[in-house]
Amino acid sequence: MTELHHLTLAELADGLRSRQFSSVELTRHFLARIERFNPALNAFVTVTAEQALAAAARADEQLAKGGAGGLAGLPIAHKDIFCTDGVLTTCGSRMLSNFVAPYDATVVERLAQAGTVMLGKANMDEFAMGSSNETSWYGPVKNPWDPSKVPGGSSGGSAAAVAARLAPAATGTDTGGSIRQPAALTGLTGLKPTYGRISRYGMIAFASSLDQAGTLTVTARDAAMLLQAMAGFDPKDSTSVDAPVPDYLATLEQPLEGLKIGLLKEFFESGLDPANEQLVREALKVYERLGAKLVDVSLPNLPLSVPTYYVVAPAECSSNLSRFDGVRFGYRCENPVDLMDMYKRTRGEGFGAEVKRRIMTGTYVLSAGYYDAYYLRAQKVRRLITDDFARAFKEVDVLMGPTAPTPAFDIGAKVDDPITMYLNDIYTIGANLAGLPAISVPCGFMSGLPVGLQIIGPHFAEARLLNFAHMYQRETEWHKQIPRGYE
Amino acid sequence: MSLTRKDVEGIAHLARLSITEAELPVYVDSLSKILTFVEQLNSASVDDVEPMAHPLADQVQRLRPDEVVHEDQREKYQRNAPRVEAGLYLVPKVIE
Amino acid sequence: MKWETVIGLEIHAQLSTKSKIFSSAPTAFGAPPNAQANLVDLGYPGVLPVLNREAVRMAVKFGLACNATIARRSVFARKNYFYPDLPKGYQISQYELPIVAKGKLDIVLEDGTRKTIGITRAHLEEDAGKSLHEDFQGASGIDLNRAGTPLLEIVSEPDMRSAKEAVAYMKKVHTLVRYLDICDGNMQEGSFRCDANVSVRPVGQKEFGTRCEIKNLNSFRFIEKAINYEVARQIDILESGGKVQQETRLYDPDKGETRSLRTKEEANDYRYFPDPDLLPLVLDDEFIETVRGTLPELPDEKAARYIEKFGLSEYDAGVLTSSREIADYYETVVAALGGNEKLAANWVMVELSAALNKENLEITQSRVDAERLAGLLKRIVDQTISGKIAKEVFEQMWAEGKDADAIIEAKGLKQITDTSAIEKVIDEVIAANPKQLAEYRSGKDKLFGFFVGQVMKLTAGKANPAQVNELLKKKLAG
Repeated sequence: MTELHHLTLAELADGLRSRQFSSVELTRHFLARIERFNPALNAFVTVTAEQALAAAARADEQLAKGGAGGLAGLPIAHKDIFCTDGVLTTCGSRMLSNFVAPYDATVVERLAQAGTVMLGKANMDEFAMGSSNETSWYGPVKNPWDPSKVPGGSSGGSAAAVAARLAPAATGTDTGGSIRQPAALTGLTGLKPTYGRISRYGMIAFASSLDQAGTLTVTARDAAMLLQAMAGFDPKDSTSVDAPVPDYLATLEQPLEGLKIGLLKEFFESGLDPANEQLVREALKVYERLGAKLVDVSLPNLPLSVPTYYVVAPAECSSNLSRFDGVRFGYRCENPVDLMDMYKRTRGEGFGAEVKRRIMTGTYVLSAGYYDAYYLRAQKVRRLITDDFARAFKEVDVLMGPTAPTPAFDIGAKVDDPITMYLNDIYTIGANLAGLPAISVPCGFMSGLPVGLQIIGPHFAEARLLNFAHMYQRETEWHKQIPRGYE
Repeated sequence: MSLTRKDVEGIAHLARLSITEAELPVYVDSLSKILTFVEQLNSASVDDVEPMAHPLADQVQRLRPDEVVHEDQREKYQRNAPRVEAGLYLVPKVIE
Repeated sequence: MKWETVIGLEIHAQLSTKSKIFSSAPTAFGAPPNAQANLVDLGYPGVLPVLNREAVRMAVKFGLACNATIARRSVFARKNYFYPDLPKGYQISQYELPIVAKGKLDIVLEDGTRKTIGITRAHLEEDAGKSLHEDFQGASGIDLNRAGTPLLEIVSEPDMRSAKEAVAYMKKVHTLVRYLDICDGNMQEGSFRCDANVSVRPVGQKEFGTRCEIKNLNSFRFIEKAINYEVARQIDILESGGKVQQETRLYDPDKGETRSLRTKEEANDYRYFPDPDLLPLVLDDEFIETVRGTLPELPDEKAARYIEKFGLSEYDAGVLTSSREIADYYETVVAALGGNEKLAANWVMVELSAALNKENLEITQSRVDAERLAGLLKRIVDQTISGKIAKEVFEQMWAEGKDADAIIEAKGLKQITDTSAIEKVIDEVIAANPKQLAEYRSGKDKLFGFFVGQVMKLTAGKANPAQVNELLKKKLAG
């Protein structure tokens, strides 16, 4: 028999249904792998072994009785940004290092209702601010493909866990590329749905108008399975959209004949490594073979997406993170002399350097005298970028380009240079600004490190993106590769 | 945009963040660089452009019916609180 | 130099919704600390606000009642500042695009003249919690039950020129929100409170002087005192060659003075920006017209009707419409009485009002309800008793809680209207007072009152006064 961790989520679901193995066996298998590999990878902040086995036993009962949900008994990891009732929820921060959430995020609740088994909480950049998973209070996560490299961020723990097959799938969140970039850097399929497609309730906010939950999986089919359970209207989130959720699995294999793929001119021009570009171009040839047409597309304002993002996201974060004040929950400094001292030291000690940098950037761009020049202007450019995308989608069905400018880089290489770090998200940020769904799929290796192809679609075109990703994965083997030492 | 130490101290105060002497020059440098970087936005022509606060343009605020759904869970919530007495969250004296 | 005072008010009215503006926790007053604060009110990580429809409806109701513009599109913004009773570190409010703009209300001054006060805007926002400073040895206790209670902040134009005008305006708004049933108006519990912006300038000067904001005034008396204190303070400074500092001041009711809270330099930089957790609030005509359909008759309309249809004076109409409860009481009396609006007005404003004042009761707590009072007035109208006897009956009704008829019956207070019986008494009186009769007949008209008094005395006040007058005149004339 194939090792359980070699199977995709879809294959595991089949195995559970046909009683080839039980959820308890499956859960034990992954818990054992976590115990063995996590100390080196640092992918999990918390492992919820006991609860996982209890949930697995319940799932087995359900499976035996029949009528269990499509995800019954499947173990997954949750990014530690999602609140989980009764479980430590740290958001990768000292500030929440003692925080036991008293409620479940809607994503957690829906996936639990669908029968999934939570293995634990995945490490992440502090408050999802980072592209390398080096800003976590719990230390950096290692890339399973090369432990000297970063796994990307901010969903780096989720990515490393799935890449090393410590979990068959994981949730993530994507504010500027935090699912797609780590997926690309660890050889996974990373889906960021349309803004509003999945409830943000219980997902600790970084930048509210950009944050969106999504998935890190081995295949597009696995992503479709999870999205099916996660997507949908939530009355607790005013920004969640009340639109029907299509059957994502039903359209995976639709032919791509005649569909138009826009190649983002701006993505291929801006400092993309030629070897990386070569791999993306190879992937595009696969699509041509499948009958899709390639069209060059230009989004003239897209190069401004990084500066736009680094005004809008810090502005929102500076306000979102004001609630961490040491009064009701979380870290409080020792022996404050007065109220001001309590605020400043609690926040000064509780937040790491990158979070403080972004809070200060955001505070500055919103402050009297600078609001118009920075924040308001960024909001206007955001509209220009969004309009560029809307125009492009009148011509093409999807847009394609690289996910990240380079494969995984060395731990410590960029951590002292925020601008260089920010430019890692140069290809992913546009979709967040415009609220568009996007997916990254593995499309080859550079010096042994995985590289991702990014597919961006119009609003609510997740089914189309999954269709494109799945058809590519039928033709290629890149997504099936497992890093050495984790087979 | 180049910030001074005083600027950064002012921002840190507004954001209620204690910054050490050693950290201060690092933030002066990196925040100045970030602000200079985002000044690329000045290259865009934004006259008559409506600022965009939400990614989905046609969505409007939904209204909730005025119904009370409540269970007192004070004890559970206050388990996370650094200091509590008589059901109140305690903080260093608020002076007004 | 002569000085002119300029005042603008920011009134905070708690909207009387059942649940909070952005959460489903109850808004009731007086629960144990933090028992009514849910995860949203506590600003827990990950929670999100969802807007209460009723709060929106109430804001629109207010806007329609003061002839304001209702924004078809308004936006919620975050006002960022740190304070322990502000859980999220920001208050959700409205800034650039409020739900209500450009309204106006008329106030009536003491000399009877009317003045229109402009309303700049009214916007929805959430209330903060409370900090308790006693009993915790160097610490403050935070109670977040109030956090998230819906507030309507009503901002006036700087149109008021005296503390009295400010009080009249505030009373007007107070009356209005209670008529509209959108706020309980309870000032002690803080459901209705205001901040006053006060400045002075030399009479004739166009530009405004430097203003001070006086915080948290929660009684009509304090507002008047605080403003008068503040005006005197500012004039003192200016007359001694000084400059008024723009600042926020707090009124101390114990000392009767205002003191500085923070100067302009220390003022917060609130960093307002649109709240990304909430979408634009869009109201269509249907929503607005539905709300308009629920508007009650407003105090000014009611007063106009009393003047026109009932023939009441402007003063009486004003008093009777000063609260919805008084007007309701009055109109119930009129309806039960089937007219006689002036008689009803007099009784509500004089006898009933005196009885209520004596025991410090609200009209809703009256020991004589409107139907019973109408029962009494009916007996005046049908001449069963005189107005004078009615006052006695009223006192007993108040004390014993009985109907007028039962008291009239039991005490035999029924008026004597039998002409022959009255004539008999008149004859007796004339016979017993020959000297006064002679004087009367020789032209001393004033003595007529003496004879009326004697007749009433002998009938224990029960003789019908009109009949006594008529018959007595005939008999005295001989």
